[in-house]
Amino acid sequence: MALTQLSLAEQLVLTLAALILFTSFLLLAQNRIVSLIHTFAWQGVLLFVTTCLMAANSGRHHLFISAGLTLALKVFFIPWQLRRLVIKLDIRRDVEVVGGPSLVMIAGGVLVLFSYYVVLPIRELSFLASRNTIAISLAVILIGMLMIITRRKAVAQVIGFMSLENGLFFAAVVATYGMPMVVELGIAFDVLVAAILFGIFFFQLRSGIGSLDVDHLNRLHEVDR
Amino acid sequence: MNGWLLAIVQTGLLIAAAPFLAGWVKWVKCRLQSRQGPPPWQPYRDLHRLFGKEVVVAAVASPIFRSAPYLIFSVTALACSVVPLVAIGLPTTAIADVIVLVGFFALGRFFLALAGMDIGTSFGGMGASREMTIASLAEPAMLLGVFTLAMTVHSTNLASMISYLLENPFQLYPSFVFAAMGMVLVAVAETGRIPIDNPATHLELTMVHEAMILEYSGRHLALMEWAAMLKLMIYSVLLVNLFCPWGLVVDYTPPALLQGLLVVTVKVLLLGTILAFAETALAKMRLFRVPQYLALAFILCLLGILSHVILEVN
Repeated sequence: MALTQLSLAEQLVLTLAALILFTSFLLLAQNRIVSLIHTFAWQGVLLFVTTCLMAANSGRHHLFISAGLTLALKVFFIPWQLRRLVIKLDIRRDVEVVGGPSLVMIAGGVLVLFSYYVVLPIRELSFLASRNTIAISLAVILIGMLMIITRRKAVAQVIGFMSLENGLFFAAVVATYGMPMVVELGIAFDVLVAAILFGIFFFQLRSGIGSLDVDHLNRLHEVDR
Repeated sequence: MNGWLLAIVQTGLLIAAAPFLAGWVKWVKCRLQSRQGPPPWQPYRDLHRLFGKEVVVAAVASPIFRSAPYLIFSVTALACSVVPLVAIGLPTTAIADVIVLVGFFALGRFFLALAGMDIGTSFGGMGASREMTIASLAEPAMLLGVFTLAMTVHSTNLASMISYLLENPFQLYPSFVFAAMGMVLVAVAETGRIPIDNPATHLELTMVHEAMILEYSGRHLALMEWAAMLKLMIYSVLLVNLFCPWGLVVDYTPPALLQGLLVVTVKVLLLGTILAFAETALAKMRLFRVPQYLALAFILCLLGILSHVILEVN
C-alpha cells in the first residue's frame, strides 16, 4: 500500500514511528545524563501520542488505558525517579564519553537495516496500515541493546533498558493493537518495580565500588592483589 | 520567450533581494537583543560604499586572487537561475538539477579556498582549511538529503520535484521530516551562520568565512560579501520551496505571479526571523564539535532514506 493512499492519521502514525527511531538515535549519542533522561521522557511522549492515535483510529478503547500507563510511568514517574536519583547521587554534571560516537551511530544505522530485512517476511502476516513500523520497533529494541553494550555508567544502561521496553510496547501497539490488558498491566508493574530496584541497586553499587561505572566490576577479585 | 524573460527577471530578483534578507536577519537579531540595529536595507548601502572604494591588492597576489571574486559571484548567480523562486517550469530550471547546484557551490568554494590561501597569510590558510573541512562533511549530508527527496518524487530536477509535491495534495512523508531537519542543519553550516561560524565577526581566531576574505577590499570585497548573501538567499528559498511549496505559480499570468511573489516573500522573511531567533538563542560551537554537528545532519538524512525505504514503499 503506497503512502499516498493512507489517511492522514495513519501517515501521522508512520511519522511518529520515524521520530521514535530518531529519539533512539539521540539516546545513543547523548552524553549528558540529565539530557539523556529528558530524551527518554520525550520518547515516552511520542509513544503516548502514537498509542492514542492508534486507539482513536481503531476504536479499541483499551489502548487508551495503555497510553495512560505509558504517560504516567514513562513520561513522568520513571524520568522523575531517575532525575531524583541523579541529583541524590550528585552525578548531574557527569559527562559520559561515548566511545567513538560516529562508529556507534553507524552501528545504529546498520541495526535499522538489519531489522528491516529480518522483518520483511513477518510484515506480510499483518494487515494493519501500520505494519511497516514493525521494523522500526525492532530497530528501537536493538538500539536499546546497543546502548546497554556501549555505555559504562549504570544510569545510562538503565535508560537503554527502558527504551528497549519502549520498543517492545511499540511493536505490540502497531502490530496487533496492543497486548491483552493483563499482560500489559503486568509489564507496566514490572517496569515500575525495575525502576525502583535499579534505584536501590545504584546506591549499592556506589557504596560497594565507589562509582557507577560498571567497568570497575571487572576488577573485583576475591583476594586483593 | 515569455519563459526566458521570466527566468531572467526571477534570477535578477533573487540577486537583488539577497542583501535585504541578510539585512533583515541582522535587524531582527538586533531587535531581539534590545538594540536598535541597522535598517534591513543597510547591506545595500554597504555594498554601494564598497563598490565606490579603491581596490588594494597585496604585491604577492596571483591572478587567482584577482579573478576569484568575479568567478565566485558569477557561479553563485548562475546557481540562482536554477532555483525556482516564484514560478516553476521555467526553461532555466530544466538545464540543471540539484546535484549541479551542489556542484556550483563546490566550485565557488574551491576558488574561495584558493583565494584564501593565495596571499599566504596564516588567517587565510586557516579559514580555507576550516571551510574545506566543514564542506567535506556537509556535502554528503546535503546530497543524502536531496536523494531522500528525489526517491519520493522520482526526480532530481528542482522544478519537477516541486510540481510533483504541488500536484499531490497534503501528504505527510516521514522521510521529508528528517530530510528537512538534516538540510536545515546543513544550510546553517554552509551559509556560515551562528553555531558554526559567526557572520558578525571580523577579527576572531575562530572565524571561517571572514578569515578567507580578510585580504579583500573595495569591489572585490563587495562581490565576495554579496555572493555570501546570495548563498543564504538560495538556501532559504530552497528550504521554503521544497518543504512548503504552496504558493508557487504554475501559470504565468501577472496577478498569479504577483501573488506568488508575495507568498514567497512572506515565507522567506519568516524563515529569516526563525534564523534570527535561533542565532540569538544559540552560542557558537567549538570548532572541534562541528564534525559531531554535521554527523547529526548526516544521520538525520540517512534516517530519511531509511524511513522512506521502510515506511513509504509499498
